[in-house]
Amino acid sequence: MTPATDAMGAIGPANRLYRARKRINFILLAVSGVALAFGLFWLVWILATLLEEGGNALARATLYYQMTPPPGADGGLANAIAGSLIMVTVATVLGTPVGILAGTYLAEYGRRGWLAGATRFLNDVLLSAPSIVIGLFVYSVYVARVKHFSAWAGAFALALIVIPVIVRTSDDMLKLVPDTLREATMALGCPTWKMILFVTYRAARTGILTGILLAVARISGETAPLLFTALNNQFWSANMNAPMSNLPVVIFQFAMSPYEDWHRLAWGGAALITIAVLVLNILARALFRKTD
Amino acid sequence: METRLAAASAFRPLIQTAIRSEPTANAAEGNIKPKLEIRNLNFYYGGFQALKNITMDIPERRVTAFIGPSGCGKSTLLRTFNRMYSLYPEQRAEGEILMDGDNLVTTRQDVSLIRAKIGMVFQKPTPFPMSIYENIAFGVRLFETMSKREMDERVEWVLTRAALWDEVKDKLGQSGQSLSGGQQQRLCIARCIAIRPEVLLLDEPCSALDPISTAKVEELIAELKSDYTVVIVTHNMQQAARVSDYTAYMYLGEMIEFGRTDELFIKPTKMQTEDYITGRFG
Repeated sequence: MTPATDAMGAIGPANRLYRARKRINFILLAVSGVALAFGLFWLVWILATLLEEGGNALARATLYYQMTPPPGADGGLANAIAGSLIMVTVATVLGTPVGILAGTYLAEYGRRGWLAGATRFLNDVLLSAPSIVIGLFVYSVYVARVKHFSAWAGAFALALIVIPVIVRTSDDMLKLVPDTLREATMALGCPTWKMILFVTYRAARTGILTGILLAVARISGETAPLLFTALNNQFWSANMNAPMSNLPVVIFQFAMSPYEDWHRLAWGGAALITIAVLVLNILARALFRKTD
Repeated sequence: METRLAAASAFRPLIQTAIRSEPTANAAEGNIKPKLEIRNLNFYYGGFQALKNITMDIPERRVTAFIGPSGCGKSTLLRTFNRMYSLYPEQRAEGEILMDGDNLVTTRQDVSLIRAKIGMVFQKPTPFPMSIYENIAFGVRLFETMSKREMDERVEWVLTRAALWDEVKDKLGQSGQSLSGGQQQRLCIARCIAIRPEVLLLDEPCSALDPISTAKVEELIAELKSDYTVVIVTHNMQQAARVSDYTAYMYLGEMIEFGRTDELFIKPTKMQTEDYITGRFG
């Protein structure tokens, strides 16, 4: 037996280093478990409250076909649901091509030089900018000039939030495509644009699609940018040049009101958004897992 | 002298099989045309010189192997032939690589055209994220328009050529990435042949494959040299002895020795080559 193993004890369950390692492992595992339980506790509480308070409102069919009511009257959220769907769709349609193309530049063309680095940095700043700043920006450059709130302004503001998310995910997902695949494509005599269109996009498509879904989930619940742009509308409106109702702002106004029936509708709207975002996230994960 | 004899006897069985399978190599010696003529080729990764003054002729419709220890520049040399290095601005070549009288280093020809004429297969199989059929059709469509029936014929022809048809004919619509590693590599070779190149560059095509797949790829190489000029980089000296007609030994960016495979393995003229092929170095 060598002196080293003498001091520590033989290699076996009694070995001192081994036992210390086991002890540390146990302590850290316990701490991680407590942290997990703490985080989950609040999340589950939020979800439970939402379903408890909003569940009844969700179960009533009038929520989906009646307009937002004046206080004391019966009504639903049909105009707000439609408004949210319209603006989120327009914002996604506007923001997605810009985001994917910019991400493509960063990952495929801008590997060297300062431009890509600077763009990536600014994009990260935009990604973490508070959404109220985006709302104020669109208010000052658009709403204040045309002197009225509008659904277009709301959609622009949401698109500005969509773009950095998609730029980032497209850039990341395209960078995951191995360079050997690019070289193999180029080795056939393929031009760069065709390689990107038919090979790297295809290799990264679920990742890019996941990014789009996450961006949609992100803007579905944004209130601040819409407060300064689309504002709200008590009535049904599909006019993009007029204020348009939307779930987040309706929730904000109804929840702040003193009326009990408005509170119920606000809970219903909140539960509806949460469930929609949850479904989108689950969809994104399922999609991403399929290729992994 | 003794070591030289030892080297010779160690490789004799291999060489003899190589010679038996290729009885015409000797007879044809006199009238072999060079396909690629490399003259004073230097290559740089930024400030690092990776190839030093390489001069050699790659013979037409023969298999030429590049051997040497890791980092000696064999893959780098291969990648100059199809201008792969042009994808990376910090890499540059100087000198001449002549094909049909045109210097590929300085040519005004589009690199895409060079790459269509000089195909390349990589170390790791790289099937495209599309079906087996589309993996072949994609490259063909870059330079040819044809009917569905003609494309079907081309796909069948090339997969038969790559000894893959029987294994995949019932699942052409399946993803190319669902194949085994050896099948993927044969698919990549097929994809390359489908656009009918003149030269085929193989960069360690078997290093990720099991012995059975390796044997299949080697058979394929032997089969292909009747129509194509093949250049193969390999870490495996037995493989070089088995598949190639000519072998080049490289070390630290220099071409140490280049000659007929049987001669290089039995009677290397340079001490360095002999040390490498007998396993005392590298």
